[in-house]
Amino acid sequence: MAKGLTWTVADADHMTQAEIYGEVLTQLGHQNDKIVALTADLAGSTKIGRFQKDFPDRFFNVGIAEMNMMGIASGMAATGLLPVVSTFAAFAALRCAEHVRTDICYQNRNVKIIATHSGTSFGQAGTTHHCTEDLAVMRAMAGMTVIAPADAYETAAAVAASLEYEGPVYIRIGRSFEAPLHKSIDDFDFEIGKAIKLREGTDITVIATGRTVLGAIAAAEMAEQQGLSVRVLDLHTIKPIDTEAIMEAVMDTRRIITVEDHNVYSGMGSAVADVIAASGKGCVLRKLGLQDEFSIVGYPDDLLHYYKMDEDGIAEAIQEVMKMDFEEDEDWEDEV
Amino acid sequence: MALKPAELKKLKETALRIREEIVKVTYTCGGSHVGGALSQTDIMVALYYKFMKIDPKKPQLPSRDRFILSKGHGGVGHAVILGDLGFFDQEELLDFNKTGSPFGMHLDTLKVKGVDASTGSLGHGLSIAIGMAIGARMQNKKWHTYCILGDGELHGGPIWEAAMSASHFKVTNMTTIIDRNQLCIDGDTEDIMALEPLREKWEAFGWRVVEIDGHDFNQICDAIDQSHKEKEKPFLILANTVKGKGVEFMECGKQWHYAGLDETMMNDALASIRKGK
Repeated sequence: MAKGLTWTVADADHMTQAEIYGEVLTQLGHQNDKIVALTADLAGSTKIGRFQKDFPDRFFNVGIAEMNMMGIASGMAATGLLPVVSTFAAFAALRCAEHVRTDICYQNRNVKIIATHSGTSFGQAGTTHHCTEDLAVMRAMAGMTVIAPADAYETAAAVAASLEYEGPVYIRIGRSFEAPLHKSIDDFDFEIGKAIKLREGTDITVIATGRTVLGAIAAAEMAEQQGLSVRVLDLHTIKPIDTEAIMEAVMDTRRIITVEDHNVYSGMGSAVADVIAASGKGCVLRKLGLQDEFSIVGYPDDLLHYYKMDEDGIAEAIQEVMKMDFEEDEDWEDEV
Repeated sequence: MALKPAELKKLKETALRIREEIVKVTYTCGGSHVGGALSQTDIMVALYYKFMKIDPKKPQLPSRDRFILSKGHGGVGHAVILGDLGFFDQEELLDFNKTGSPFGMHLDTLKVKGVDASTGSLGHGLSIAIGMAIGARMQNKKWHTYCILGDGELHGGPIWEAAMSASHFKVTNMTTIIDRNQLCIDGDTEDIMALEPLREKWEAFGWRVVEIDGHDFNQICDAIDQSHKEKEKPFLILANTVKGKGVEFMECGKQWHYAGLDETMMNDALASIRKGK
């Protein structure tokens, strides 16, 4: 790894994404003394507090004052420090959005925002603590890199990669004990902006991000038993987007389903739609996620099911999209 | 300690020249935040021409003092000083506000040499200054951070988040100055949303506060000297100023927050500035 930063993931089977993040950040903190950590009274919840244990002098809890936190991080970055900021996604992306834009992106400050409890992953907390708008907000900020890792291993890889990347980065992770997608940290190559092709397929492509990737794999396996060949892309980086992987899917399968724990307006699916529309190539696109509504309260897995972002919902969408055909007749009703 | 007569004279002459330039740029650019630029001028002249360790030929010098104009609409006054010091050619200010110009009303750190942070959206600068000051302290750097706040921006919550954190984190390698010109866009701050008792508010937030006449160089320089010696609390200079200071027909008038000048008005303004010499 560049700059000699090394890290290991001990036990992703039994640690949450956030716990792995806190652990890896602390390991990296031992190797780079420029790393400083900031939070807004969520040291324990976001697990950035793990860093505080080893580096009390490089840890800043600003209290429940996210706007101030983003400004301080910007100022610190301007002096050559490498600030890592953590709070819940709802607060990082919405409460202090203008401070992220003006203090960090507009001034191109090297700040990493690790937003936990994203999407509906903190389902029981209620809608104030869900965040199904952050991909839209963050992707609209010029210069911002936006990443949504699928599991704890990817989170570790994303955090490490972001610290070696110069510029603002937003990483959205979940809260709960998401099952690991990968078998180990050596199971995949992580590169910012490069989708991971988890399954080959020629009939249809499911592009998933964050905690919906696991369900996409399960749905693909279900469909395979019915004779369908389903490609699965783990689109962990929403910006910059992997145009090549998306266009390969368009050309090979002509049917695409996107899945995100986010409003389907302006999220990952919309980013994929931009790529497809600009190419001029015909392709059907079904966007799974929240259909422009505020999420209900519930257990995180139940909410994935309720909003058809789990294996059942994705499998159902695969069947529906496969019914659309490309016949050379005059009937446009069933055409792609 | 009182300034030596020669030094005082030089600072006053510089302030006069800067005020003239602000008026000239306001004329050429079609409009600027002239009132607030004039109220902050004496404080900024003291900082830039007496205290701050900077090198206009090396704008990114790591050891330089940092300056954050949190009231970013004072950018026209900041730009004029940076040009006067030689960070860039003062002639470049003829493009101020023009399409494609590096100079807009609110200065951009990535485009204008000598600007340490892009400000303009109010309530941001103090947090950034605190981050810089902590960054210096953590890395054992001796440079100092200066921050000028407007009084209108004190209406907003982020300033008080920052004020609280500066005392909590014991940020003493920073000097903060409020340009208390009493006016925001819509009128007197006390009519729009009362700020007083302002001194007591800052003291209650854990700051050392010194109140001065923000147009008296002896008081300005004395207060800045004091701030450098402070080792316990963040240091605030509450500088009472006059919006539009130096141009008689602009003084204390809210209509001069943002305004343009025609040639006659410019000449009247320049004459007024010179009269006050």
